[in-house]
Amino acid sequence: MASRDDIKFLSNPNIGDKRKKYCRFRKYGIKYIDYKDEQFLMQFVNDQGKLLPRRITGNSLKYQRKVSTAVKRARHLAMLPYVTDNLK
Amino acid sequence: MNQYEITFIVDPVLSGDEIQATAKTYVDLLEGEGCKMVHFDDMGIRSLAYPIKKRTNGAYFCSEFQAVNGEVIEKIELSLRRDERIMRFLTVRLEKYGIKYNEDKRNGLIGKKKEESKSEDSEEKGAEAKKA
Repeated sequence: MASRDDIKFLSNPNIGDKRKKYCRFRKYGIKYIDYKDEQFLMQFVNDQGKLLPRRITGNSLKYQRKVSTAVKRARHLAMLPYVTDNLK
Repeated sequence: MNQYEITFIVDPVLSGDEIQATAKTYVDLLEGEGCKMVHFDDMGIRSLAYPIKKRTNGAYFCSEFQAVNGEVIEKIELSLRRDERIMRFLTVRLEKYGIKYNEDKRNGLIGKKKEESKSEDSEEKGAEAKKA
């Protein structure tokens, strides 16, 4: 009879473990978020052009605020849409 | 000396040199007010994310300058608001990280996001090398 451990390996072993989220600004030492390059800001905006929450982007509070002001400035300058569909 | 950055969009319907002339007027206006121009960047005609004044693209300009204090900004913004060729503008005060970022970007240290992380570290090494 197969013991419990063999059965467990039938399924993908690392389904359960959560990838450790980190704040990319602190890790790579980026200090300033430019509101003009929208390629970079696209990573923090979902398909409809709405800001992604911290639990998804993994940013720390300080840099999430900087990202949100940068996105709002980019929207003012029509570099990012306020609302759209299939932005990406 | 505070460093400011004004990004403005010029109506693309005008002819090419008319657009340059509008941008030129603001550069001279800034110099006239006694500001030191650090950098003037013509980002060219780009499509807008949403139509402004029934236009779907605009000529973007970004000017970076140093000014003694904030009164200059009031005058510049007043003339920007009055000028009907300017569709939209945004003035921002840069702190030291912003100034450093713009300089690095001009020296080509900051590439795409991926290289940005690597070049950030190499830049620190470069900085140390200079200091040593």
